Amino acid sequence: MSTKNQTASFGAKLGRLARDNSVPIMFILICAVCIPLAGFSGGYLLNEIITRMGRNTFLILSLLIPIMAGMGLNFGMTLGAMAGEIALILTADWQIWGIPGVVLSMILSIPLSVGLGLLCGKILNMAKGREMVTSYIVSYFINGVYQLVVLYMMGSIIPIAHSSIKLPRGYGIRNTVSLLNMRQCIDNLWAIRVGGVKIPVLTFLIIALLCLVILWFRKTKLGQDMRAVGQDMNVARDAGVDVERTRIISIVISTVLAGFGMILYLQNMGNISTYSSHSQIGMFCIAALLVGGASVDKASIGNVFLGVSLFHLMFIVAPAAGAKITGDSMIGEYFRVFVSYGVITVALVMYETKKRRAKASLGRQLELEQKGADK
Amino acid sequence: MTENAPLLEMKGIRKDFFGNQVLTDIHLSLKEGEVLGLVGENGAGKSTLMKILFGMNVIAETGGYDGDILLNGEKVRFGSPFDALAAGIGMVHQEFSLIPGFTATENILLNREPRHKAGVVSQIFGERLETLDRKKMQDQAASAIQRMGIRIDPDMVISDMPIGHKQFTEIARELSKDQLRLLILDEPTAVLTEKEAEALLASIRGMAASGIAVIFITHRLQEILDVCDRVLVMRDGYAVQDVPAARTSIPEITKWMVGRSVDTSASARADEQLETGRVIMSISRLWVDMAGETVRDVSLDVYEGEILGIGGLAGQGKLGIPNGVMGLYEAGGSVTFDEKPIPLNQPRSCLDASIAFVSEDRRGVGLLLDESLEWNIAFPPMQIQNKFLKSYLGGLIKWRDEAAIREVTSRYVDSLQIRCTGTRQKAKELSGGNQQKVCLAKAFALEPRFLFVSEPTRGIDVGAKELVLNALKRFNREHGVTVVMISSELEELRQICDRIAIVSGGRIAGILPATRSSEEFGMLMVSQVK
Repeated sequence: MSTKNQTASFGAKLGRLARDNSVPIMFILICAVCIPLAGFSGGYLLNEIITRMGRNTFLILSLLIPIMAGMGLNFGMTLGAMAGEIALILTADWQIWGIPGVVLSMILSIPLSVGLGLLCGKILNMAKGREMVTSYIVSYFINGVYQLVVLYMMGSIIPIAHSSIKLPRGYGIRNTVSLLNMRQCIDNLWAIRVGGVKIPVLTFLIIALLCLVILWFRKTKLGQDMRAVGQDMNVARDAGVDVERTRIISIVISTVLAGFGMILYLQNMGNISTYSSHSQIGMFCIAALLVGGASVDKASIGNVFLGVSLFHLMFIVAPAAGAKITGDSMIGEYFRVFVSYGVITVALVMYETKKRRAKASLGRQLELEQKGADK
Repeated sequence: MTENAPLLEMKGIRKDFFGNQVLTDIHLSLKEGEVLGLVGENGAGKSTLMKILFGMNVIAETGGYDGDILLNGEKVRFGSPFDALAAGIGMVHQEFSLIPGFTATENILLNREPRHKAGVVSQIFGERLETLDRKKMQDQAASAIQRMGIRIDPDMVISDMPIGHKQFTEIARELSKDQLRLLILDEPTAVLTEKEAEALLASIRGMAASGIAVIFITHRLQEILDVCDRVLVMRDGYAVQDVPAARTSIPEITKWMVGRSVDTSASARADEQLETGRVIMSISRLWVDMAGETVRDVSLDVYEGEILGIGGLAGQGKLGIPNGVMGLYEAGGSVTFDEKPIPLNQPRSCLDASIAFVSEDRRGVGLLLDESLEWNIAFPPMQIQNKFLKSYLGGLIKWRDEAAIREVTSRYVDSLQIRCTGTRQKAKELSGGNQQKVCLAKAFALEPRFLFVSEPTRGIDVGAKELVLNALKRFNREHGVTVVMISSELEELRQICDRIAIVSGGRIAGILPATRSSEEFGMLMVSQVK
């Protein structure tokens, strides 16, 4: 009897676990189907995932703090990415390479990121409850400003010396800026090889450090205030927390971290696609975080790591699997774009249904109470 | 100590909201460790008085107040609740002010968390980067809970707590403030079970013994007699009685609360005539999930052609009944109208059955604020009954019949004396009373057989009130429409209703003919239906 009860409750627990983690489970299933079809070796897959983890994790971690402050998934991180790119273009032009170049770019990106973060935070404070879509549109707007700066002001107003970066007409930046002298300088320092898999130790140490900083941040007064603001702005305001300022700070922190993350990302890639590197990065980072089981109001460091591995595993295997099945490599490419947008939609819909269900259960409770009173 | 100035003195407090006098010459004084019970009907001015004392922003925004507040003999004027808190006044509001995902400890010390000594980072970036001292937080919260004398789990997350414990968490938060000298409790027992309420009363006595003065607002009069030293009874913005609790009784307090000198022009027709009337709507076992107005297990019959009043104190569930029946909030149970069942949770089915509803949420549900009066009045009949439409090509194309719309609108503007510049004026430009008349006109234009009217006189002046009530009465008498009117004001219900049902605790406490005395209704209001 008792064992039967135990299995029943175990089953219920398993069911709840499956419901709460339905998005990651869905992706594990997709990957499980695609991996054998794609036919890659385990070593190759592991190598690719480790590389992409080093490349992307820092960027995704930058999303965590605004979620804690109740501002949802912050597409405003694109702003930080743009700040990082501008800083990198300048250091590339000044011919400061290697690790000093990376560090200088990071320092240069800070004032830009802070400025953009303040702007974004101010705008989001005017659009409380609609932060996601607002930050998405703000990122388009700032993209326009970015193009104005990079395409017309660089070389004409902002001095750019090297013609390898400049467009032939004398101002504006070329479509691609090579970072060859900076390429993987952080990844390769202290890198070790374990059975053919290259592990960029320094990059992972930086990521680990950021994780520790985030954990520490949660314990600070500011972190506690952000959690309070995230859950109920009015209550926090009544208790004397400066809600607006706290929200702006969370966005600024996120933009600054995204700037650093973009610089790490691009030093791994080895070149900047001046006009497109940043445009998809917000979407992919948010999709990866959602794949890891995060929701609009809750995300952990665990979600980041699970998400980044699953999302990129799918990114690697889906095109190959698609090509195998249909004989057309475009299908796989199409599939992975489709999935990254699809997952954001599905995760948002599921988040809404969960909220609705919670609301409906209140009514059911009333009904049950009434039935209980009959007995 | 008795020679000293009292802890709190309020002298000649007056307050009006845009010419509407809500408080007139209130005097109040309170010594250390004294418990004052504050009672009165809804709208008597209790909340406004407490808002003034607590320095709430709404008071300053509406033109401030007259009179003086003295703390320990010193005149104070609080610009914000934070000033009041600093001066040692704590208030537990009716709505919880808690962070749902935080533990009791985190909520008790919200924004007052003890922190570890400054480290390097916080010295550079400011004190908000100091880490929280969890150990000390535990200790401080535990000692506040200890002072309260009611056991709650300091590590439990608020959203997992029963509602009573949420209330206790709020009280513990006030008690954890060292400077606390005066605690205002606004209906703390309304959400508590009997056991919990008893524990709270014991806790209030404990606080008083330790020198904290308490202002206790409640509708449960027995509690006042149990725990208070003095009772202040308010009515219509006046302090009508200020007596030691030991020298009064529940019937006496009730009489002071509701007893008006004006005797009512009760209009009821003979009771027996109604009792034999045909049941037009039968509500049985209705529950409604409406935040703050939860309805539990209500069964009610409405007779054809009568005006039924539904009264009761705020938050007891009277508003939930029409909103639930009309399908605006999630509801269960069964409703039959004219011997046909009405499916719940579908507003359209009620409208199709010729039931209309004038919502208490005038600006949200009641009106199309940015549209003209014509549109506001003609819209429901156009949508629901295809009225005011001209058909062409065998109904393929329907055009609005502007002339008919203007005609009907000006008819209602005349008959309800809606003050406006013309039938094309936008609804949002009208005053509250005139907006309410437009809401009624909207419902009348549907020519319903059954009308729910919810709080029709809320926030409108006396003259408009009379007009609205008379219009309802006329509509009932001339067209034979059954009216159910929900109102917080008992006197106005007694003026036009035949029978009045009193809702308390989400349930019907009793139904009486409108001719009965105010005291009887008052007793029903404060009774808690078990």
